[in-house]
Amino acid sequence: MIARVLPPVVMLILGLAAWEIAVRAGHVPVYILPGPVVIAQTLVRDWSTLYPSLLVTVIITLAALTAATVLGVAIAVLFAQSKWIELSLFPYAVILQVTPIVAIAPLIIIWVKDTASALLICAWIVSFFPILSNTTLGLNSTDHNLLNLLQLYGASRRQVFWYLRLPSALPYFLGGLRISGGLALIGAVVAEFVAGSGGIQSGLAYRILESGYQLNIPRMFAALFMITATGVVIFVVLTLVGHLALRRWHESAVKREG
Amino acid sequence: MADAAALVALRGVDKVYSNGVVALKGLDLAVGEGEFLSLLGPSGCGKSTVLRLIAGLGDLSAGTLEWSSRRGDIGFVFQDPTLMPWATVFNNIYLPLRVRGIPKGEAAPRIERAMEQVGLAGCGGAYSRELSGGMRMRVSIARALVAEPKILLMDEPFAALDEITRFKLNDDLLALWATQRWTVVFVTHSVFESVYLSTRILVMSARPGRVSAEVPIEVPAPREPSFRTSHAYAEQCRTVSAKLGAAMQA
Repeated sequence: MIARVLPPVVMLILGLAAWEIAVRAGHVPVYILPGPVVIAQTLVRDWSTLYPSLLVTVIITLAALTAATVLGVAIAVLFAQSKWIELSLFPYAVILQVTPIVAIAPLIIIWVKDTASALLICAWIVSFFPILSNTTLGLNSTDHNLLNLLQLYGASRRQVFWYLRLPSALPYFLGGLRISGGLALIGAVVAEFVAGSGGIQSGLAYRILESGYQLNIPRMFAALFMITATGVVIFVVLTLVGHLALRRWHESAVKREG
Repeated sequence: MADAAALVALRGVDKVYSNGVVALKGLDLAVGEGEFLSLLGPSGCGKSTVLRLIAGLGDLSAGTLEWSSRRGDIGFVFQDPTLMPWATVFNNIYLPLRVRGIPKGEAAPRIERAMEQVGLAGCGGAYSRELSGGMRMRVSIARALVAEPKILLMDEPFAALDEITRFKLNDDLLALWATQRWTVVFVTHSVFESVYLSTRILVMSARPGRVSAEVPIEVPAPREPSFRTSHAYAEQCRTVSAKLGAAMQA
């Protein structure tokens, strides 16, 4: 465990130190590039502004990820019921996925009055596809001989679904979830950039825009750091969830014997 | 084998797959109650197709398939162990009973007994990736046995195993069959395996598949491992090999 954590931590400390030294030695003004110490000070000083924004962004991200999980899995289950449903609807899921969110976010923000809901929809659009496509693939990847076996035992469709299809789809779903977690955050931030709305209900993206207008670059970095940290936490948590769910049986989670 | 005692009989059976391959043509075959019947033939001769048809996993293109009485429970063992990797050994064996809606508590003694029969006692909590190939095959057999089938269909179950493991499983299977006396239809491409296990061998020829010879093996059960090195065994193997050779020429 120490061997895995130590190298990146050492690297981080060295990198930050080099950054700080470079900024000080070169007398770089803070409105061009602040050093890590100034950023940390700003983070503490502006916490009362930044923290509510963090909460807004995190709530939108998690809500979008939850909606993506529920709807992604539900639609995948629907697809698994019939090839026809999958063939008729999957292309539209792809269209939704390949259209850049930046391009359609203004429309959604115009159509949906409530800004928070508009952001949520944008983040959902960006994040639901990996869950949908992975879960669909997983539901269709059941071992054919196991399906034969259940047919032999006279199992109902419902039994086949619960006993075989759903468990075989689990690793695929978890892989999709891990991608979607990061995408939900990106979607939430990008949509807020497009919305560009201010007020008490603004998230970290708006804090970055605002800091840019005011040339408050240290605060911009502080907000950026919070977004990145949130993304890392989401990734680590989802990886952990996947590991716990699969640790006894799936090759991806089981330690290889040396 | 007199047809009167047949548990299941196929008459004039054709099987043509949707891609146009004629797997079986005019196949006649009767499985007697309590016998250990081996289907022996080169790959692609439709042996597995016969098993799948008996199991009801496909439709006949022509001919009839008749059960002497109500179609009883069928146990099926594939060449791969075909276990659910996310489930423990216990839950894998529970599957056929679970499909029937038998609660786990009620099923537990039967599952324990099936595990004991195949030499897996105490392994219920293991996952399939933690087991060796031979052990996985034992789980697969236990799963086939747990529902107490009338007939056990085995599709080259030991083909992928090493010889030592295969011999051991052969002996264990024979010992079980000697006490339980279900009917077995065993598909194999090994002359030695078929002679060692069977009471009767049907040699099949390929493209399209049909029965080309029948060889009863009249060595009474229980067969000891010493049977493998006996003169009678060698003699039978020679006969069956010759018939297999003839079937492949035809």
